[in-house]
Amino acid sequence: MAVIHDVMPSFGLYQPASVADALNLLDRHGRDAWILAGGLDSFDWLKDRIKRPKAVVDLSGISELQGIRESGDGLEIGAMTTLTEVVRHPAVRERYSLLLEAAEHAASPQIRNQGTIGGNVSQDTRCWYYRTGWFCYRAGGNICYADTPTAMNREHAILGADRCVAVNPSDTAPALIALDASMVVRSKSGERVVPAEEYFIGPGTDITRMTILQPGDLLTAIRIPGTWGGARFYFEKVRDRNVWDFALVSVASAMSGNGETIERVRIAVNGVAARPLRLRAVEDAVRGKARSEETAKLAGDLAIQGALPLQHNAYKVPLMRNLVKRAIRGAEGA
Amino acid sequence: MDILTWGHSPWGERILAHISWNLFWASLFAGIVFFVAHASYMVLSAHRKRSAAETDALEIEHRDLPPQIVRHSLAARLFHWVMAGAMFVLLFTAFLPVAGIKFPWVTWHWMAGLVMAGSILFHIIHASVWLDFWSIWVGPKDIPEFRAEILRELGHDVPGPKPGKYPLGNRLYHMAIVLAGLAVVISGITMMVRVRTPFFTRNPYLLRDTTWGLVYVTHGLAGVALVGLVIAHVYFAVRPEKWWITKSMLLGWITRRQYLEHHDPHRWAVESIAAKAEAQRSGQ
Repeated sequence: MAVIHDVMPSFGLYQPASVADALNLLDRHGRDAWILAGGLDSFDWLKDRIKRPKAVVDLSGISELQGIRESGDGLEIGAMTTLTEVVRHPAVRERYSLLLEAAEHAASPQIRNQGTIGGNVSQDTRCWYYRTGWFCYRAGGNICYADTPTAMNREHAILGADRCVAVNPSDTAPALIALDASMVVRSKSGERVVPAEEYFIGPGTDITRMTILQPGDLLTAIRIPGTWGGARFYFEKVRDRNVWDFALVSVASAMSGNGETIERVRIAVNGVAARPLRLRAVEDAVRGKARSEETAKLAGDLAIQGALPLQHNAYKVPLMRNLVKRAIRGAEGA
Repeated sequence: MDILTWGHSPWGERILAHISWNLFWASLFAGIVFFVAHASYMVLSAHRKRSAAETDALEIEHRDLPPQIVRHSLAARLFHWVMAGAMFVLLFTAFLPVAGIKFPWVTWHWMAGLVMAGSILFHIIHASVWLDFWSIWVGPKDIPEFRAEILRELGHDVPGPKPGKYPLGNRLYHMAIVLAGLAVVISGITMMVRVRTPFFTRNPYLLRDTTWGLVYVTHGLAGVALVGLVIAHVYFAVRPEKWWITKSMLLGWITRRQYLEHHDPHRWAVESIAAKAEAQRSGQ
């Protein structure tokens, strides 16, 4: 459990030059393998000596995982594309400013230069009990130290908790869900494409993972369809410090309509549960309604249905409600 | 093969966490091996019921018995099937995720656990007050029957004792299921203190870390034991020569001939038609 920020424990470093080679390595090492993308989450784990993989598979040399390509009427973003590349890409800026905003809100410029979009959506939770090596549910134990009568749980979940109350820290995840993106996952047994919404899983499904990725799986690309290109977007991330920090709550929405009437809408929040949540009930409730204060209030109230705050995070309930209101009505409406 | 998994408390103590899931696969394997081995053996095994001639003679002797003999009351059958349903939900919700089929299982699991706990409580009261409580238990008095059963299984024609209401295998199985069932229910209800339910205020610190480890290991061991026990139970329930017992758990009764074929009328006495009528006349 000690936190020792010094040299990492020894491991075999593998630097494949192709996805096929990477998949062979992941298949060969199974649970002992660790996928290294930008390294920003990984090096914390390794230097703290909490995770001790035997083999680290560094994806930085695989060119086919990098870059943004036009694909049909949408985009395909390689998993190793840096957040800075996402932010600067003309097509993203022109048609998918929601993703631009989300990626731009992640961490600092230096971190965005190194951090990848694949790593951003696949990073582990920031729950400090878990990250400092406490033997909790997520680490294979049988207790959640963040959900005890004396726990410090200001940043933890208000929705969807199932034994573990950790939250997903990704900034781009809710934006990708709102854009109806798909995740391309490959393994030795083939390729599968899953909606972004289903890429993330909660503790009820698997308490030790935050995504569907199993040993041997590799996220290779993210596909964004043209469906929501140029729609009306809203992204807001509330954090403790306005320099760089993880979200306390974030919201992302994509909307289109006729005048002020909402015809199509997708809305997702993050920082409130172990997985980014798509708010289907809110979408259904506001579809066909005017973008008014009344609709926004309805959306906000619906969004927090079932919220169950812990000792120190009750503030997240009104925060989430107001962010959802703003996502519907605009920042001026809340 | 690891049997237990260990972790460490925040104070660095080595603590039990839970059982290794290898044990689940071991129990599943053992259950399947048992039924394959037993099914193979039964192809060659001797009949264990009375001969037709002997049963014919008994039928003449006991012709005043009713044609249908009640083996399981409605309450007993309801308990059995409610418990069976809860058991399957419990096993599937516990072990399908281990087998790789992931879904949110915890709420279904504890709800089924409460149904099972409630049904067991009902069964204890029902069996203590309304049934012949001791008819299902085994003890030293059953050693001659055990010996006779073993010899019959080995193909010997043994005149030794026949079972009372429940065959010896039935009673031994009941003993095993009582031990595993009570262990899994008591540990499971204790574990509910650690998850969110409408019944308890969560308190993960109710017990010491080491004690919690023992509770989780007990639950796991009893759970994997139940995998093997349930496989064995279902196997025997569908075996052709046991179908009359399964049918009685559905309908509640067996025929007079089945009663005489498989049971010892002295150890499981059934009221004759005349005695029943007399009892009704005298208002008993």
